[in-house]
Amino acid sequence: MTELFSISFSPFILSFKLAGFTTLILFIAVLPFAWWLSQTKSRFKPILEALTALPIVLPPSVLGFYLLVLLSPDSALGSFFEDMFDLKLVFSFAGLVVASCLYSFPFMVQPLQNGFEGLNKHMLEASYLAGKSTAKTLFSVALPNIKPSLMTALIITFAHTVGEFGVVLMVGGSIPGETKVASVAVYEMVETMEYGVAHLYAAVMLLMSFTVLLGVYLFHYRNKKSLGIIS
Amino acid sequence: MIAVKIEKALHGVHGSMRLTVDKEIKKGDFVAIMGESGAGKTTLLRVLAGLEDAQEEIVVEGRSWSALPPQKREIGFVFQDYALFENMSVEENLLFVNKERELCNRLLDITQLSTLREHNVTMLSGGQKQRVALCRALMKRPRVLLMDEPFSALDTSMKERLYGEIKQLHQAFGMTTIMVSHDVNTTFSLASRVWILHEGRIISDGTPQEVLLQKSPTYNTKVLRIHKSDTHTVATVYFSGTLLEVEVDADIKVGEMIEVSVKGVMV
Repeated sequence: MTELFSISFSPFILSFKLAGFTTLILFIAVLPFAWWLSQTKSRFKPILEALTALPIVLPPSVLGFYLLVLLSPDSALGSFFEDMFDLKLVFSFAGLVVASCLYSFPFMVQPLQNGFEGLNKHMLEASYLAGKSTAKTLFSVALPNIKPSLMTALIITFAHTVGEFGVVLMVGGSIPGETKVASVAVYEMVETMEYGVAHLYAAVMLLMSFTVLLGVYLFHYRNKKSLGIIS
Repeated sequence: MIAVKIEKALHGVHGSMRLTVDKEIKKGDFVAIMGESGAGKTTLLRVLAGLEDAQEEIVVEGRSWSALPPQKREIGFVFQDYALFENMSVEENLLFVNKERELCNRLLDITQLSTLREHNVTMLSGGQKQRVALCRALMKRPRVLLMDEPFSALDTSMKERLYGEIKQLHQAFGMTTIMVSHDVNTTFSLASRVWILHEGRIISDGTPQEVLLQKSPTYNTKVLRIHKSDTHTVATVYFSGTLLEVEVDADIKVGEMIEVSVKGVMV
């Protein structure tokens, strides 16, 4: 029990901070893209959908490797950020946020896109015929009518970012208080054979992940019940 | 006056066809579009609303709508599935279109929805939803009201009640209304003009009486029974697969051949 109070909670705080930033940035950046994907008849749509889904199937180490190359100070992007904003994108918290946004991208896009595609098309048209712009229709009609998908997108993106390991390890390393998130901390504890602390870290992660998922499924259950889909 | 010229390639029940409409509609007319499924009725409404592309020249009271998006056309649209905003109450559905509370109250009064104003629209019955959809369409004070089979999900008694409300609103707002309908009763009750659309073309245009009530060919048939009252002589005859009772001259006898034709809905 004393071990529980002696462990550092900084990796958990860092994980939650990273997940919070990633979820917020992704939601703002992805919302117009998911809306556009759901409404477009462009022949490029399948290509964009395939690109969007890539992080789901790519091994995290592959994605981490590409990100490391792309964001390193030797690359055009890395040197641009370093020169212009004095921002290092590898082995830094900012780099972790960029990597997490790419890694969790499909988890934000897909539920939102599916939600928008499932909406009654006539409802959106009724808003346009009422004289409303696309933006007004998106925020006043579309988003409030896809609450379950919205909840799924936000919570799963958050939870998925908390659970990241491969990508964050490759791009961020393990700098305490800067890039050493909870999943990396568990890995280190196991490597150094500190199984007691590893157990505690792992149990906290397990409990948090289960609570988040239970929250999502309870929300869906109550939503279906209120709509009369289940009795 | 509304001048409509529309050309659009369609894929209907009989394969590819062209929707071709070139008509003028008087202000205040109530036009019902009838015809088989896939004839292009809904597409015609959607093109008028700007929801579908077509080669179009639409001039409404001197103003061209052809290049205008749906937002800029002065259209009220009642969808077949009503398409209400499910995240809003009855009142919010109306005020979303236009913040004129007075108009909102007036419409809710006419359609007897005032007591339901705070209710979420998902809790309403089919007839109530239909009335909310109609009120919402009118909140824009449209020049043209388009209705796509607005009564298809309602039972007969509900339809009869709504006819009166729609007539009242049509006149009160001085609109031109174009409605797609399969139902002859609805068309007769509401429309001043009927178009029959067949494979993308209007093949018949006139008043409901002119278009829908047609005289059948005359048939020779045998009188099966005679029933006499003080003032009438009624003969029972076999006509086109059914038994009919027709009033005949008093000297007609059973077994005699008579000429019969009927006037009715031929759509």
